[in-house]
Amino acid sequence: MEASLAHTPSAETERLVSVSGLTRQFPVGRSLFRRATSFIHAVDDVSFQLSRGDSLGLVGESGCGKTTVGKLLVKLIEPTSGHITYRLPGLDVGEGTENVPVESADISGGQLRAFRRQVQMIFQDPYESMNPRRTIYDTIAEPLAVQGMGTVLDRVDMVSEILMLVGLTPPATFLFRHPHELSGGQRQRVAIARALVVEPSFVVADEPTSMLDVSSRTGIMNLMQQLAHGLGIAYLYVTHDLAVARYMCHRIAVMYLGKIVELGETEELLRNPLHPYTRALLSAVPVPDPGHRREPPNIVGDLTAPIDPPARCRFYDRCPLATHHCRDNPHPAFEEKAPDHWVACYEV
Amino acid sequence: MTNPQSAPVLKVVDLSLRYLTRGGAVKAVQDVSFELAEGQALGLVGESGCGKTSVANCLMRLLPDNAQLVAGQVLIDGQDILSLTEDKIREYRWQQIAMVFQAAMNALDPVYKVGQQVVEAIEAHGVEATVSLARERVARLFRMVGLDPALMDRYPHEFSGGMRQRAVIAMALACDPRVIIADEPTTALDVIVQDRILRELKGIQQQLHMAVIYISHDIAVIAEVTDRIGVMYAGRLVEYGATEDVFRAPLHPYTAALMGSFPSIAGEKRVLANLSGEPPNLIDPPPGCPFHPRCIHATEVCRQEIPPRVQRGSQWADCWHPLEESAVPESVEAGEV
Repeated sequence: MEASLAHTPSAETERLVSVSGLTRQFPVGRSLFRRATSFIHAVDDVSFQLSRGDSLGLVGESGCGKTTVGKLLVKLIEPTSGHITYRLPGLDVGEGTENVPVESADISGGQLRAFRRQVQMIFQDPYESMNPRRTIYDTIAEPLAVQGMGTVLDRVDMVSEILMLVGLTPPATFLFRHPHELSGGQRQRVAIARALVVEPSFVVADEPTSMLDVSSRTGIMNLMQQLAHGLGIAYLYVTHDLAVARYMCHRIAVMYLGKIVELGETEELLRNPLHPYTRALLSAVPVPDPGHRREPPNIVGDLTAPIDPPARCRFYDRCPLATHHCRDNPHPAFEEKAPDHWVACYEV
Repeated sequence: MTNPQSAPVLKVVDLSLRYLTRGGAVKAVQDVSFELAEGQALGLVGESGCGKTSVANCLMRLLPDNAQLVAGQVLIDGQDILSLTEDKIREYRWQQIAMVFQAAMNALDPVYKVGQQVVEAIEAHGVEATVSLARERVARLFRMVGLDPALMDRYPHEFSGGMRQRAVIAMALACDPRVIIADEPTTALDVIVQDRILRELKGIQQQLHMAVIYISHDIAVIAEVTDRIGVMYAGRLVEYGATEDVFRAPLHPYTAALMGSFPSIAGEKRVLANLSGEPPNLIDPPPGCPFHPRCIHATEVCRQEIPPRVQRGSQWADCWHPLEESAVPESVEAGEV
C-alpha cells in the first residue's frame, strides 16, 4: 500500500516503526499427512507508521487480527509477507550505521537482544503473565540480567526505582513479594515495570486493562500515559474498547477481518467516522449517560472468520452501503479522504 | 399484596450473608434492602467483590455450603423464599425467579443439544404437559431471543458467543419467571453483539412486563438498560435511586468516583479520576463508613460511625457528607495505591 507510506505525522527521522503490506496467514486443518488447504488471513496488507512518542490504538472485534499485529511488531511471530522497518537506537547493521532503518526480517542473533530491549510488550492477563514462584524483584530484574544492564547490586536500585515510578511504594515492601500477594492492578503495574525497566522506545500493550476492575483500570491507564509521555515511549495499544482507545491514543486504527479499514486522529475519527464499519462500531458502544440516545448500529449479519476470503471488500457482506461495484472489485485501497484520515471504502 | 399493580414483585429486606472461611467470616452482603416492581429494571454496580453476585445468588438460593444467611428476607409476591425448604425452592427457582448466566461461564452442557437443555428445564418444572408442547414452547422462545428455531437440534459448540448468550436467555425465560437476574450478560461479547442482545432483552422485558436485575461492572451498560440503579460497596448498598437522577447528581462520593473513572466515547474528552486504593477486606471491614479509607471527604465521624441515610427525591445514599446536587463527579485520591 504505497499511498499510506506517504503519511508523515512528523519528520522521517522521528519515525520509529513503519509497517507496509504486513500480512500473516495461519493454516487451517493442517495435519501430519495433510497440507493445509485453507488459510485464515489474520492480518492482510496492513500499513501504518508510528513516530517517537506517538500512540496508536488498534481497535476491532475479537478475531479481527489486532493481537496478531501486536505480536508481529514485537517479533513473537514472523509475517507471511510484508515489511516492518524499525528505526531504533542501538539497533544497527554495521559500524557507524546508528539509527538507520532496519528490516524486521534482518534482525536475528545478537541484534535480537538489542531489539528486545527497545521493543517490549505488556500482556492482557496479569495473572498469567508472571511466574508465580518468582518474587517481584526476580521478575523485574530478569530483563536487566538478560540485557546485561547494571551489576547485581545496581539492579536492586534499578528495580526499586522503577517500582516507585509505577506507583508501588515503598518499593522495599514489594521487592520480595510474590505475584499472588498482589491485586490485579498491582500485578499489572509490575508487568509495566518489567516492560519499562529496560528503557524501551516502543511498547505494544495488548488489552492491558481489560482484566482489571474499574478502579485499578483508570489508575493503569493514567500511569501508562504519564510514563509514555515522560519517557517519550511510542505505543501500540490493542483494545476492543473504543472509549479506552479514545482516552489513551493520539490516533485510532479500526480493523475488520485482518484489514485496517479506517485510521485517523482520535477525535476526528470519533466525530467524523467515514467507514460504514467504524460507524456501526461507534454506534454500538454504550455511553455512561442515561440521557444519551443511540441509533442501533447499521450493520447486517454476524462476524465470520477470514478463512480464504474472496478478493472483494471484507466488509461487503455486512455493509449497508454495498454496491455491485464493491462486489466485483478487489478490497478498496486505503486512501486519504481527509487530512490524516485514511479509509478503505469505495462508497466514501 | 392487595393491589398487584403497585405492589413490588420483589422485595429484599435487610439481607445479610457471610461466607465462612478459614481466615474468618467474610461479610459479603450487609443490610441490603430494595424493591422492584413489575416491568422495572434495576442495575447493581460495583467493583469485583462488592457483593453484587452474592445478592443474586441469595435471590436464586444458589449458595455454596460455606454461605451463611445471617438475616433478612427475600419476598417474591410476599412469599419469603429464604424460608422455603429445598424441595419448595426448586419449584420457585426458574418459575418465579430465573438467572441469565454468563455464557462464557459454561452455562450450557456441551454434550446435549441446546434445545434439549431448554426442553428439560420446562419438563422439570411441569410447565408443559408433553415433550412436543415443550418443544413448541422452546421454538417460540428461540424466536423471541432472535435465534432460528432450527438451531434447537445443534450443540453448544456450533453456536457463536452471541448465539450461546441468546440460548441462555431463552432458558431463563423458559418457565415464565416474574423476575430475571442477568449477571454480566454481555461481558464476554463484542460491542455490536452486545448492543443487539441488550436491545432484545429490553424488548422482551417490556413485552412480558418482567422485573429484571442487571448485574454489571460496566456502568455504561447499566445507564442504558435500567431505570433504577443500586451502587454496592463492600457488601452494602450505598446508593440507590432512579438511574437518571443518580447519574445526573450522585449523592455518595463512591458513586461519583465510579462514574468519574469511566471513559466514554461521547461528550468532551475529560481526565479520568483515579479511584485509588482497594476495597476493604470483608473479614474485618473498617469501622464507620466502609468507604472512608478511600474517600476525600472523610472526617472523624466517618471513621467512627455508620453513616446515616440521606434522601433526595427518588434517591438515597448512606453517607455523612453527601454531595451537593451541583457537584460534578470529582476525584477521590485519599488512599495509597
